[in-house]
Amino acid sequence: MADQVRYWNKEIETMPRTKLQDLQVRRFKELIKRCYTKVKHYKEKFDELGITPDDFQTLDDLSKFPITVKTDLRDNYPFGMFAEPLSNIVRIHASSGTTGKPTVVGYTKHDIDDVWTECMARGLVAGGVKKGDVVQNAYGYGLFTGGLGFHYGCERVGASVIPISGGNTDRQVMLFQDFGSTVLTCTPSFAAYLGELIKQQNVDPSQIKLHTGIFGAEFWTENMREKLETLFSGLNESGTFRALDVYGLSEIAGPGVSNDCIFKHGLHVWEDHFFPEIIDSSTHEAVAPGESGELVFSTITKEGIPLIRYDTKDISSLEYEKCECGRTCVRHAKITGRTDDMMKIKGINVFPSQIEFVLMKIPGVAEHYEIVVERDILDKIKVRVELTPETFSDQMSELEGLKSTIEKEMYNTLQINVNVELVPPNTIPRSVGKAKRVIDLRTET
Amino acid sequence: MVMQISVFVPNKAGQLAKITGILMEAGVNIRALTVSETSDYGILRMIVSDPEKAQEALQGNFLVDQTDVIACEMKDEPGSLHEIASVLGDAGINIEYLYAFVGKSDQAILILRIENKMRSKAIDVLAGASIKIYDSEEIYTM
Repeated sequence: MADQVRYWNKEIETMPRTKLQDLQVRRFKELIKRCYTKVKHYKEKFDELGITPDDFQTLDDLSKFPITVKTDLRDNYPFGMFAEPLSNIVRIHASSGTTGKPTVVGYTKHDIDDVWTECMARGLVAGGVKKGDVVQNAYGYGLFTGGLGFHYGCERVGASVIPISGGNTDRQVMLFQDFGSTVLTCTPSFAAYLGELIKQQNVDPSQIKLHTGIFGAEFWTENMREKLETLFSGLNESGTFRALDVYGLSEIAGPGVSNDCIFKHGLHVWEDHFFPEIIDSSTHEAVAPGESGELVFSTITKEGIPLIRYDTKDISSLEYEKCECGRTCVRHAKITGRTDDMMKIKGINVFPSQIEFVLMKIPGVAEHYEIVVERDILDKIKVRVELTPETFSDQMSELEGLKSTIEKEMYNTLQINVNVELVPPNTIPRSVGKAKRVIDLRTET
Repeated sequence: MVMQISVFVPNKAGQLAKITGILMEAGVNIRALTVSETSDYGILRMIVSDPEKAQEALQGNFLVDQTDVIACEMKDEPGSLHEIASVLGDAGINIEYLYAFVGKSDQAILILRIENKMRSKAIDVLAGASIKIYDSEEIYTM
């Protein structure tokens, strides 16, 4: 695997930060004007706060402007937040409405071509994908942005894209071999499942050409990255494999808002299009540089559904130092969870990512796990962990030892008692899209 | 060397039937078995007529492993387990677990799991005390 740094749009990707900021300010002014004159929600919000588009002159003025949240999109369902008439919208996507109505987003031709696909292309190239690669795109195609976002990005960079979508597990494994796929794009949990299948089917490593996986649409930890890299490099011809993170959400564009480069030092935000900030989850004030909080984006170039300071609820931090790859755009740390995903267990805040962090550092623990929260007077949290042939022993003491090691590590990290249940392989439902890791059986009180 | 089949069994209804069903289909006979359990799961340990076949048949559905154990003869009368336990204990050999079954004659057969590094020493001291040790074929075809 060549470690050569390549760019899709070198001028922008390596632009000096002062120049980049000038560009951002110019675009911000346009965005704010666009929102104020074309979107009723923003007009009302601005008027209520007594601000006008002229109140934005520099990036420091940003804090005067309101945060946009998911319910703003829901309250204006379906097209109320659009800044363009439907006749100028060439594509509509919607997020999975797990609670209530979905959130709907619309794209103009400019949004698809010059923003989303452009950024996807930059991210793919940053991750080492190029013309000649065969990309097996196992993100879902449909209202979900994953499939089509990657699809157009891959075509843009000239890679051969296989639009297989999610699921179809046996066919996925067949096509790895028959089509010689070199890049796999899907959720990390689905990647773990596919890797397991390749292993089970004893596929000859010379038939597996995969060298890179670009995994996203759910949070995953550095330890999971290591697991996936070890898993796939044990299954493929080259013996090396790179697992890269991609971030995005439909409200902002879709996948490709930010991407790992080959150095994996954080996800590069294409900030000439998506301006990031980190805010404190309770006060909504900006946090000190480098500190973590909720990631907020302004879509400074979008026309269809331009958003000012959209609160993603995803938890991360920002790093403005130039990356080893030469890119000057800001990087955000791997998402550690969502404030929405936070579980309160006996009053203590627990994120699923903390549990994954602990599990994935223990040798022999499989990539598949499930968190069950129950209430029986007190809250109880249980983690179901699959045994593997490597961790199975005919001696109870060894199995109980594994269980107590995990429980001890959990306590050290979380400061609460977690019950570990060892279960046989293939017991935990495999995800063919976004994994559902947490089962909360507590009833609202 | 006598190989024991160990199977990880989640603690829920129908699991044992599933295992015995698979072994029946494969034509594998169970000579002896023991289960140790926690509230969540158990480990089923078995001596069978054909460990290879048993492992192959169970593998797709269960976590299975083979462990080598010592099978020795034990007279079916008071004090005979005490004799074996004393011989091993005096030699400083720890027994990880054991179970017994009655064979076709009036002999009982004791299955002993000794940690790997002490295994050959255990065989030596048992033989030194004139305790009969079975070879695998004798046990599998018993």
